[in-house]
Amino acid sequence: MMTPTSFILILSAIIFTIGAVGVLVRRNALIIFMSVEMMLNSVNLTLVAVANQWGNLTGQIFAFIVIAVAAVEVAVGLAIIIAIVRHKDTTNIDEVHLLKG
Amino acid sequence: MSLISFFILAFFALLTALGVLLSKNAVYSALSLLAHFLTIALLYFALSAQFLGIVQVIVYAGAIVVLFLFVIMLIGGATTPAIHEKRPIARVAATVLGALFLLGLMVVLFKGLPLGATPAGAPDAGSVQAVAEPLYTTYLLPFELASVLLLAGMLGGIVLALKERKR
Repeated sequence: MMTPTSFILILSAIIFTIGAVGVLVRRNALIIFMSVEMMLNSVNLTLVAVANQWGNLTGQIFAFIVIAVAAVEVAVGLAIIIAIVRHKDTTNIDEVHLLKG
Repeated sequence: MSLISFFILAFFALLTALGVLLSKNAVYSALSLLAHFLTIALLYFALSAQFLGIVQVIVYAGAIVVLFLFVIMLIGGATTPAIHEKRPIARVAATVLGALFLLGLMVVLFKGLPLGATPAGAPDAGSVQAVAEPLYTTYLLPFELASVLLLAGMLGGIVLALKERKR
């Protein structure tokens, strides 16, 4: 029996929620960043599942562009984390409050 | 994709996602993330998106996770301070918010989608040739913009991580 597309959408919704809870719960900037990647990835899974459902490649191309943007985001984000560590010597986001007056 | 293989893959995807969340050591989180991305790549293959599956393995598992591990090893903060242990209220609140969010997503999913429809999905729908054809014709502009974005991201990463010179 084939898997209905809705099962995959439910799976990616659960993964997205796990990522969102990870962003809220963890205080290590690196783990928060990994959770954000997981959320992006679950949205990609949704796009691919729907592209498969309708037999249309547009969703796959959207997911491809999202992967490219995610790669850029990781490069810049990790550079920011390295700059913060050099500045404050911590990856704990509660100790980084440079915008606080 | 048969239901059995879907449930096995879904189980591993959720297990590794929770592993990222619950590991005390950031290196274990990164390795869980690697396993998670590989499981998602297998799901892509099963959804007849072979090209995206390969891209997922190369870009996510090959580049992004390696970059994460590289930074974790570089800055040395592998074991996280137990500060999130000290705030059980925040943790409970985040879990409740997450549950509510999931509930909302499920409501939208079950109300808005034609559930149960089984996809047709030709087996070679996501081959390199099939994906490249619209990518280089209809979607040429986003493709080129992505390359500009990659260049900008590369420059941004170098500028941000470059050591400040002494004046």
